[in-house]
Amino acid sequence: MTDKDQYKVEQEPFYQQQKNEVALYEAAYRNRLPVMVKGPTGCGKSRFVEYMAWKLNKPLITVACNEDMTASDLVGRYLLEANGTRWLDGPLTVAARIGAICYLDEIVEARQDTTVVIHPLTDHRRTLPLDKKGELIHAHPDFQLVISYNPGYQTLMKDLKQSTKQRFTAFDFDYPDAALEAQIVAKETGMDEVVAAKLVKIGGVARNLKGHGLDEGISTRLLVYAAVLIKDGVAPRDACRMALVRPITDDADIRDTLDHAIDATFA
Amino acid sequence: MTETEYQHPLMAAYWKQLDTSFPQVEEVFEDCMAEALSVLTREGLDAYLEAGRVIGKLGRGVEPMLAFLEEWPSTAKAVGEAALPAVMALIWRTQKSPNGRAIAPFLQTLAPVGRRLQSAEQLQHYLDITLDLMERTTGSIHGHHTTFPSPGLPDFLAQAPNLLNQLTLAGLKNWVEYGIRNYGNHPERQKDYFSLQSADSRAVLQRERHGTLLVDVEHKLDLYLRGLWQDGDQLVPYSTAFDEIRKPIPYYDRLGIRLPDVFDDWISPLPPGGGGVGGEGERISGIDRYRAVLAHIVGHRRWSEAQIADNWSPFQRMAVEFFEDCRIETLLIREYPGLRRLFLALHPKPIEGACNPETTSCLRHRMAMLSRALLDPDHGYSDAALNDFAARFHAVMEAGESSTEEIAALALSYVAKTRRQSDQFARVHFDDTVVEYRDDNRQLWKFIESGDEEEAFDEKRKIEPGEEIQGLPPRHYPEWDYASQTYRPDWASVYAALHPSGQAADIDKLLAKHGALAKRLKKMLDLLKPQDKVRIRYQEEGSELDLDVAIRSLIDFKGGATPDPRINMSHRTDGRDIAVMLLLDLSESLNEKAAGSDQTILELSQEAVSLLAWAIDKLGDPFAIAGFHSNTRHDVRYLHIKGYSERWNDDVKARLAAMQAGYSTRMGAAMRHAAHYLGARSADKKLMLILTDGMPSDVDTHDDRLLIEDARQAVKELDQQGIFTYCISLDPKADEYVSDIFGRQYTVIDHVERLPERLPQLFMALTK
Repeated sequence: MTDKDQYKVEQEPFYQQQKNEVALYEAAYRNRLPVMVKGPTGCGKSRFVEYMAWKLNKPLITVACNEDMTASDLVGRYLLEANGTRWLDGPLTVAARIGAICYLDEIVEARQDTTVVIHPLTDHRRTLPLDKKGELIHAHPDFQLVISYNPGYQTLMKDLKQSTKQRFTAFDFDYPDAALEAQIVAKETGMDEVVAAKLVKIGGVARNLKGHGLDEGISTRLLVYAAVLIKDGVAPRDACRMALVRPITDDADIRDTLDHAIDATFA
Repeated sequence: MTETEYQHPLMAAYWKQLDTSFPQVEEVFEDCMAEALSVLTREGLDAYLEAGRVIGKLGRGVEPMLAFLEEWPSTAKAVGEAALPAVMALIWRTQKSPNGRAIAPFLQTLAPVGRRLQSAEQLQHYLDITLDLMERTTGSIHGHHTTFPSPGLPDFLAQAPNLLNQLTLAGLKNWVEYGIRNYGNHPERQKDYFSLQSADSRAVLQRERHGTLLVDVEHKLDLYLRGLWQDGDQLVPYSTAFDEIRKPIPYYDRLGIRLPDVFDDWISPLPPGGGGVGGEGERISGIDRYRAVLAHIVGHRRWSEAQIADNWSPFQRMAVEFFEDCRIETLLIREYPGLRRLFLALHPKPIEGACNPETTSCLRHRMAMLSRALLDPDHGYSDAALNDFAARFHAVMEAGESSTEEIAALALSYVAKTRRQSDQFARVHFDDTVVEYRDDNRQLWKFIESGDEEEAFDEKRKIEPGEEIQGLPPRHYPEWDYASQTYRPDWASVYAALHPSGQAADIDKLLAKHGALAKRLKKMLDLLKPQDKVRIRYQEEGSELDLDVAIRSLIDFKGGATPDPRINMSHRTDGRDIAVMLLLDLSESLNEKAAGSDQTILELSQEAVSLLAWAIDKLGDPFAIAGFHSNTRHDVRYLHIKGYSERWNDDVKARLAAMQAGYSTRMGAAMRHAAHYLGARSADKKLMLILTDGMPSDVDTHDDRLLIEDARQAVKELDQQGIFTYCISLDPKADEYVSDIFGRQYTVIDHVERLPERLPQLFMALTK
């Protein structure tokens, strides 16, 4: 019914293993355990999941969660047509039917009631009841659920319930250490490692300021952006200001400090 | 008196032209003339002698004339000799006023002032400021005539060079203006102000200074330490304004990092011999200078280890300090290469051969050169020992971080190798040897035996048994001076204390007395409560069907168009989130009987506040109650009656029962202090209710408008902090001023006896 291949990851995404997370994930997948990936923004969570889907050669269905997302956005809904109604599967249902890895990105953004619908899929039952349709889907043997969330944003309102958290095995991601991150930036963009190391250094400065006026440090993703700009011929200082500093803060003091860090690093 | 015989006929003619018989003038005349001849033109010289003659005949003794003859040539060199008429004009004005005594100090400081100002126009501005100060502070009795000399003028003139070192002319004008305005009628205070003795004189000076103030960039520097160096410490400013002779040097100790309170932008001197690149040396901003100091200190904290100092001579120690400073700076530059530019711009570049080793101790010069060479690859020095040691230093650093010990050994061998007899000379070559951004290295040394030079800087101060601190120390708040549109820094001292307690039962009795009213209020409160449901429409999933939208969708559907599926609605609870501060004016006037009632305003306020507190407590909003009164700006009392974390219990009621009235109403300071507490609440809406019975006033303020304008300014400040102020005035005549302060956010209650009823109602209306 649904074309399974469109969800396949065709090309090998570049992913630099930090520790032994690839092996651990494979073990989790062998046993079809649900996986939760935690970590600050832009540290490679989505890239990791994409890479694992490629490595395991399984289709990957990604859902970016937002605060208006409802359970039916995940599960499916009846659409009105000229001569009646038609059921349309939601992404979660599709994944459960075809045996894909379903990746719910930034799950805390979704409404609390939404997260509950994944419960039956994540324990021994591995079923998804479609109450509106009156159907009970037994998940395909290959189906696996992966969620990600960023504990940095945690507020009183946006946290996962314990009952949800305790259905997952979890990976705690963080920005890689400086040398490794420089390698990643260099490899991702083809930049030489010396400049990449400087970018990582600036990233580190911003990460030190987290909680002192910055909600999040400079992510690996932004470092890659900066490297891309430099590669394109933009002067390093301008590229850093544009890609690293301006996006993350409006605070004049922090901007000044980071600008100074850029000047001090690119002598 | 003898007529002096000058050998040179020209000199004799000059002497004649000057036409004086003061022997003191005679002593210096030839020197003065020699300088004048080298600086002034022919006409200028004539004018100089003529002016000298006039000043000598003023009848003010020899002092002014001496000062003029000695100072004018160098002044003229700085600002041009054409400025003389303007100077003379001021002297004439001074002579004709009672301020003749000020002529001497004026002339004595003219040369340093001139050197600072460097142009005739600038000097004219300075003269204008001086004249303005003179005219406005010269006293008169009954407005008749100017009869008393200006008390502050001589002090001002004596301070002028010092002031101009720190202030621009505009800043000087503001500073003088402040002094005239606030101490115009107070001779002793005026003297204190203009001689920089009084605290607010220094505070205003600080405000007007040029350069980068530490307080302004402290946050940035914190971020800098944390972000770039993962370090952090208290930054403690020391003043650079008042230590003329021995300038303090940055340092750090247990209590924090000590930095100068202000850094001007630094313009590095042009490289000797032209260089031709750019017109001006490199410019380093004040904040970057702070960053350089901090980086250097961080370097010491990271990599330096204290060495035992006892066995080394002062020279050896100095060499070790220079080497160690260079070592950590090399490491710092390794971390952030851009620092090299910063350090080199601030580091002096001593000229090779500038110091003559035959006559002068050149150790400092040698060390500074070496220090430069260690940091600057293009130093261009040719000295063999220097280059040898620079190479050895780099070789050591090549291997890794090295250590203080290793580098000290290198330093000692450098001293031994380059030692000269002349190093012991008393005359030391200091030019270009002071590295501005380095600390004083006190942490680099430990002494086994405490020597004579040890000073007990940080000895714990013991509090004498007699001077135990009573209550909290005061908080200082600025006050708005509407005449000049500036704040008076740290003007009002607010003492916060807990209100004394009385009988809680009294308040319960009051509440019982208003039982009927309480019942009515209760009904209103219940109406207020359930308003916190908000409907959210256009939901695909929701708790109820939204009929309007559903029908519209159905029509669309029947008509063949795509219907909108968002036909449900749901509810969200929207809680009240209001923090309230009730500020009570407890000034003397509350003791008066209310018109048409046998109760005092105080008693009525007490009842009203009790009822309001009860009502707010029922609603569940967090609230605090405090009272204030003042006895001059030095003693504004702020009395806590209920804090946010306290419940409406007997303790609070007891304090409310003991409410008493006295003294005056300095409203602005109390509002700022109350805002300090209210601002810290995390509520969405912050409401400050001020219950008062009259206009702001205090015994030390003669201008009625002043405290009204200050309160108005306080309201504006609070508004910026997101605090809504609302005034409930019991003064029937309040209309005249209350809207000036609070805009439209006020109510005047005419029938004071109805206050207990009106106050809770008002509150509910405000927060509905």
